[in-house]
Amino acid sequence: MAARLHALRPSPGAAVAGGLAALILGTLGAVAWEARGLSGLTQWDLRAVWFTLWQAAVSATLSVALAIPVARALARRRFPARGALVLLLGAPFILPTIVAIFGLVAMFGRSGWINAGLAALGLPEISIYGAQGVVLANLFFNLPLATRLILQAWQSVPAERFRLAASLGFGPRDIARHLERPLLREVAPGAWLAVFLICLTSFTVALALGGGPRATTVELAIYQAFRFDADPGRAASLGLVQVALSLAALALAGRAAAPAGFGAGLDREAPGPAPPGWRGWADAAVILLAAGFLLGPVGAVIGSGLPRIGSLPETVWAATARSVGMALTSTALTIALALPLALALARGRRLWIEAAGMLPLVASPLVLGTGLFLILSHAVPVSGLAIPVTIAVNAIMALPFALRALIPASRTLEADYGRLAASLGLAGAARLRLLTLPRLRGPLGFGAGLAAALAMGDLGVIALFGDTRTATLPLMLYQLMGSYRLADAAGAAVLLMGLSLGLFWLFDRGGRA
Amino acid sequence: MRHAIPAALAVAAMALPAAAQERPELTAYAPDYFASDWGPGPRIEAGFEAACNCDLVFVTGDVLPRLLLEGESTRADVVIGLNTDQTARARATGLFAPHRQDTAALTMPVAWTDDIFLPFNWSELAFVYDETRLATPPESFAALLDAPDTLKIALQDPRSSSAGLAMLLWVKHIYGDGAEAAWAKLAPKVLTVTRGWSEAYGLFTDGEVDMVLSYTTSPAYHVIAEGDTTKHAAIFPEGHYLYTELAAQLAGSDQPELAQAFMDYILSPDFQGMIAEANWSYPAKLPPEDLPQAFRDLPRPATTLFYSEAEAEALRQPALDEWLRAFTR
Repeated sequence: MAARLHALRPSPGAAVAGGLAALILGTLGAVAWEARGLSGLTQWDLRAVWFTLWQAAVSATLSVALAIPVARALARRRFPARGALVLLLGAPFILPTIVAIFGLVAMFGRSGWINAGLAALGLPEISIYGAQGVVLANLFFNLPLATRLILQAWQSVPAERFRLAASLGFGPRDIARHLERPLLREVAPGAWLAVFLICLTSFTVALALGGGPRATTVELAIYQAFRFDADPGRAASLGLVQVALSLAALALAGRAAAPAGFGAGLDREAPGPAPPGWRGWADAAVILLAAGFLLGPVGAVIGSGLPRIGSLPETVWAATARSVGMALTSTALTIALALPLALALARGRRLWIEAAGMLPLVASPLVLGTGLFLILSHAVPVSGLAIPVTIAVNAIMALPFALRALIPASRTLEADYGRLAASLGLAGAARLRLLTLPRLRGPLGFGAGLAAALAMGDLGVIALFGDTRTATLPLMLYQLMGSYRLADAAGAAVLLMGLSLGLFWLFDRGGRA
Repeated sequence: MRHAIPAALAVAAMALPAAAQERPELTAYAPDYFASDWGPGPRIEAGFEAACNCDLVFVTGDVLPRLLLEGESTRADVVIGLNTDQTARARATGLFAPHRQDTAALTMPVAWTDDIFLPFNWSELAFVYDETRLATPPESFAALLDAPDTLKIALQDPRSSSAGLAMLLWVKHIYGDGAEAAWAKLAPKVLTVTRGWSEAYGLFTDGEVDMVLSYTTSPAYHVIAEGDTTKHAAIFPEGHYLYTELAAQLAGSDQPELAQAFMDYILSPDFQGMIAEANWSYPAKLPPEDLPQAFRDLPRPATTLFYSEAEAEALRQPALDEWLRAFTR
């Protein structure tokens, strides 16, 4: 009953969700309108749909499967510099794709470290070019996200539950059954969905490491429809296919997820039990392997770029300042949108709000950018739009991640404190100040950190709207690469990565302090 | 954050009388790389503004898709940086006016008669290699096809890159109906196909591939900017496909005199003299003896291949289907 009454009252969350749905579907509509309708798909488009689904499903499943042992090891072990390691393991997720690819190639490529090591041992060469390369790159990008989401859930289990488990004499098997399985049941489907949706729109990855046209994704087909066939109708059709696929995935993940229901605790900071014996060695091995896989390519990028930072041209620094300012603005916007959405979702399972919140993940950046351009260019001169539009689009693109971080915590908040707050008549600004913000501080900081890092690194739609006076750091990076200056581009990449990580650290730290 | 004005303010600014504008503005649409600090844009801007008493503003992005979206309402006065694969669709818009230049005086390896689209620089597609890593490169296209599959090359995707598309036409020009068979022979040597030139060239400089699809003029960059004489373009007797970039003026420009002055400036010695080292390609109108030494030292193909706009447009889709089939069989 209560949930139904809530649903009848228009909430800020529903308004935000409605706005998002209107924006994503509206831009699609604008493109279709411009094309005077949708056009049919070719046999190559259908192949692209199939490959896109395949690589997204494999990458998401592997990412989550591998993230579980990593997150568990990180949750239950304490060691020096653990905090720094957890932070650094997040680096790949916010690396610009093109930079990450060169990092991966330095490690796994034909002349990379791994193959040099294999050759020294007389073993055959491995190749990252082909479908396996696409999956490997997706894993590199998304294992950090899946690990962080699962780790966050692990750390949100009240310490009292683990203490109760210890006093009941639970072994690792019992803990797995009574604590870890319900926990994963709650968080894993959402993490899988997030990774799946990210991989659905991957473009550069598949193209650089895919080894050829067999690895064609829907996003490339959209690009081709725009750029080479001048067929916005086909682009809109493909954009619709992407949205439909993601809604289907969302429904599936929504069915699989179940709330864990651990109840409230006293917020005591205590890691879960750390079983001794072989499990300790296994945890150490898991952490070392993950660190090697994720930090190796990052190290390669730093190694090649760090010496060049000092000699970067002055305009790069101006673009850097502009990028930081834009990232901060867009972060504020992301949080202002994500919080009402998460709170609305916590009050009742309304799939359409969650779907609207996840839609930006699958909105083709090309369709979104072009649609916005079409809609806005009729109203205002485009030249002044580059920066505001980029800020807005980056804020919206980061929304699903902030939302993923906020939803589980908001649900727990509502389940644990909702009735108490209602009985005290705590509502409105007072509830926000006294209950919501303090309780959600951690995920808010994490979400803001992700939003800032993503906004910093994203090329966004500035490439479509920009002029020479509005260049951002990622755009500069691409320009350097496009004019043979690969060494300077490596320097700009390190700068970009350092700033993204720094912003993430500041927000995440602010949320935990 | 000087430009971070909200859209509403931008509208308000438009509504104000244009009293603040002292100099007329010429808007040029150009690709990203072109107007960046490392492209020819800044030098062209300085050179043109020195004479025109105007403000040349580059608006960057995908030039043709943007023009197609904007149509008659475009703010562009001129466009620069179109590729030959785009001219048919650009021409069909009817948005352009003749350039009024004498194309007979161009120093290009093919005769250019187009009265709308004016080339400002050119090069040919070629496979670039590093002599320290590949001592004996294939000496012909046929030898490349017959090379062992351990020879690895990187290409650009014809669906996302102009150079990749030109490569399709190159193969089509040499092999005609046998193009699909030629691609099937080449496919095992293709390590990967990238979205754009930068990624492929990066794989080459990182030592991942032995040869990369680039331009006959690429080695000049390494000689002039890096003092590196080990990079070369493999010259094939079958001929090399022309890659040229074009400019045009809009018929609906509100600054027609300035737009015409810009078209005149493109073929001026000032513009043509800087283009070699600014865009790493041959200027469209410059006697060879005026080129930088590194460009004069570059080996030249005996034959330059080129399809007319109509031929290329007709071949595009069949050639793409052949390419896709050869790689997915």
